[in-house]
Formats: sequence, structure tokens, C-alpha cells
Amino acid sequence: MKYAGLLVMPAGFFLTLAALVLFPDPGRRALFVVCGLAVEALGLAVAVRGHMPARGASRS
Amino acid sequence: MNSIPPIAPPVLSDAMFALTLALLLVAPLAIAGVALINAGLGRSRSAAQSLLGNLAIVATTAIVFALAGASFAGTLPGGRGFVIHAGGAAWGWLHFGPALLHGLSSAAPQAQLALLFEFLSVALAALIPWGSGADRWRLAAGCASAAVLAGIVVPLAANWIWAGGWLAQLGVNFHLGSGFLDAGGAATVHTLGGLSALAVVWIAGPRRGKFPREGLSTAMPGHNAVYVLFGCLLALVGWLAWNAAGAVLWLHAPLSALPVTAINTLLAASGALAGTFSVTRFRFGKPDASLCANGWLAGLVASCACAALVTPVESLFIGGVAGIFTPLLVEVLELALSIDDPTGAITVHGAAGLWGLLAAGLFAPQPGQLLAQLAGIAALLGVILPMVYLFFALLNLVVPFRVDPDGERIGMDLHELGGGAYPEFVIHRDDSYR
Repeated sequence: MKYAGLLVMPAGFFLTLAALVLFPDPGRRALFVVCGLAVEALGLAVAVRGHMPARGASRS
Repeated sequence: MNSIPPIAPPVLSDAMFALTLALLLVAPLAIAGVALINAGLGRSRSAAQSLLGNLAIVATTAIVFALAGASFAGTLPGGRGFVIHAGGAAWGWLHFGPALLHGLSSAAPQAQLALLFEFLSVALAALIPWGSGADRWRLAAGCASAAVLAGIVVPLAANWIWAGGWLAQLGVNFHLGSGFLDAGGAATVHTLGGLSALAVVWIAGPRRGKFPREGLSTAMPGHNAVYVLFGCLLALVGWLAWNAAGAVLWLHAPLSALPVTAINTLLAASGALAGTFSVTRFRFGKPDASLCANGWLAGLVASCACAALVTPVESLFIGGVAGIFTPLLVEVLELALSIDDPTGAITVHGAAGLWGLLAAGLFAPQPGQLLAQLAGIAALLGVILPMVYLFFALLNLVVPFRVDPDGERIGMDLHELGGGAYPEFVIHRDDSYR
């Protein structure tokens, strides 16, 4: 799951890039940039959740 | 592959050159402050390793950046770039400049100053994750990761943001304000460093006994609040110079704009301290020294992106917001998300840096500036964090990040250096190892 989250984050970035290239209209461009950031936030949340250590586990 | 047109910054007068050079000679105090904070927030049995690690990381970054990183940063004239044409615009993604600082002595004075600024930026960015890996991150691994940051990651971001790369050109290509603005390194140094700290914490894992099977996480307070708080004062001096030098180099600010930049930096830190002081006083009944130090530093970090762009009142507000969310986010990361970050770097540098970048867009008068800042934030989260994680995970296979359990038990000083920072001190047994 931790790797899935980290893979989703670049997808959000490409959405942001696509918004800049494809939408000259400022409103639509802003909407898609925000959507890209939301996808990145989702990926970050998944990555954080995937990296949470089990309670009591001691790494070595 | 296309030729990159040479960057032609405005020519600095002799007086401005001398002033900027003087500022850059004071700016390393920010590095000294962060180093002291890193050492103070760790345990006493790892203090010497922590401070030696700070020195070793600064040295590593200087060498690697001189040998390779500066070539990718694109600050010195010459070289070739990898440019993609899309949407009617040229996107500069990569730069391959002359290696080994070739052409430095004949470069324009402003380019030389910019390169010095980048040397310091790389060092500070690589120091930030070192604090987060305190008490379990091996010195060799810390230096290796610093080499990766100095050789590839920070130069790439610096090229995008400071050397005319695609983020800097968002204003020209897509009419998004003045392009992505980051005069003081909120993105290139702090957010990048904070995200690297997150990657280190994920890969190295928490300190032994930090998250017991039952109950709350174990408190492992820093061993020297005096180091931490004095480090904050040192950092202030360095930050005043850092933000002023960044304003001259990247925003081409006139001399008359520098006092306001310095005042804004001080006000952001002050507002942040007031915010953290109030929040910890309200939550715990007494202000928390360590969290207040974190808040102060978060205010300084937030000021990096916007000190040269906003009014003093706005700067106070930006710092205040950073100071309020810092103790809350530190708590959430530790208690809810089980992230063991001894120095709070993920919050202080990562989150506060992102907030500063956002605030620069919110308070900027130019239309589209907020969108440019959001695009930059998207690049940091969507490209830099996965890239750093990938590099560090691969590096961890070659140079294991985490010390062995015995080393963690006796402390990094004895394990890695053979002697402690405080030889007269009695070594206490740690209850968490029972």
C-alpha cells in the first residue's frame, strides 16, 4: 500500500501539468490544478497509512 | 536537446555585490542554528554523532555539489538543456552544464553569488533530514543520502525554480503571475528537506520503544533545551541574511526592499512563537520550550517564500498561522500517524515551507500567482517526494540507514565514534529497553 500511494502522487502531478497545457481558461485550469493536488494528497494519505508501524514492533 | 539561452540577470552594482556577498557570509549561521537544534533535540548519547554528522553532511554536499550538482543546477553559463515543447511553450526540465565548476571564475559576479547561495542551500536542505533520523540513522548513510540530495535532487529543483526552468517560466509561458516564486528557499531547501525527512523516517522506522504495544507513544525529549533555543537565535541571524540575499539574487530586489524583507522575517518568527506559545500554554498549562523552538523555526521557514513579497502585517499573520499549526501537526504526526520525527522537521520545514509557498500566492498582487505556487507545490509532492523516497530506498539496500539494535541501545556516540559527547555524565539505563 505504501508504494501505491507513492505511485499515485506523480499521477496527481501529471494532472496538474495537463491542466496547465490543456486549459487556457483560468477557471477550469485552476479547478484541474486543485484536483491534481487532491490526488496527490490522497496518495500521500495512502503512503502515510502504509508506512505506519505496527504497535510494539521494534525495527532492527 | 536544445540549447538553453544564457540567463541574463540584471547587473549588480559594486555596492550591491559587496552587500550580497556579506549577507551570504552571514547566512551559514542558519546552518549552525539548525545543527544545534538537531543535536539538542536528540539524546545525549547521540550528541557527538549528531554534530559530527552535521559537519560531515555539509562537507559532503559541498564536494558533491561542486563535482556534479552545480552542473545540473544551471546557474553557471553554458551547457545544454533538455527542453520539451508543449502547449505552445518550452519546458526546461533538465540542464547539463559544465562539470567541476568549469567557468566559475569567468562567470558574471551575480552568477557566482547565486552559486554560493546554492552551495549553502544544498547544505541546509541535506541537514534537515539528519535531525529526523536522530538516534538511529548511521553516519555513513546520512552522508550518502546527502550526496544524493546534493548531486541530483536539490540541483534539479534549483534549476526548475531559480535557473529559468519550467517553474520559473510559468509566468512567461502561461501568464501565471511572475512564475513560481521562492526567493528564500522555502521549496528548494525546506520543503524538499522536510519531504526528505519523511522519506528517512519511513525507511529507517521509529526509535526502539517509541511506540509501545499499549498506551501512548513514549516521550523521548531532547537532551539539551539550551542548544535548541540558542540554535533558534543563531538561525534568526542566518535567516535575516538568507532571505535578504535571496531577494536580491532571485527577485532582483533593490536595496530599499531589504530592510522590509528583514523585518518581515523577524515578524514571521515572532508571530509563530506567539502562536506556538499560546497553543502549548492552552493545551498543557505551560509553554513547551521544544515546541516553541519548533514554532519559531516554522515561522522563519514560512517567511522564506514571502518575506520579500508581503507587508509586515501579512508576514505576522503568516508566521502566526505557522506557529499555531506546528505544535498541533507535530502531535498528530506522532500520536495519530506513528511518525517518529525527533526534531519535528517534517512539520517545521515541510509543512511550514508549503504554507509559506501558498501564502506567497495568496498575498501576491499579480493574477495567477496562486496557481503558479500551487503548480510548484504539486511538483514538490508529486515528483520530489517519490523521487527522494526511491533514491533513499535504493540507497538503503547498499548503505543500510538504520543502526543495529545494540548500537541503538548504547547510543550512536559509543557505537559509531567510540566515545560520548559528555564523558563525565553517568549513562542512565533506558526504561524503554526493559
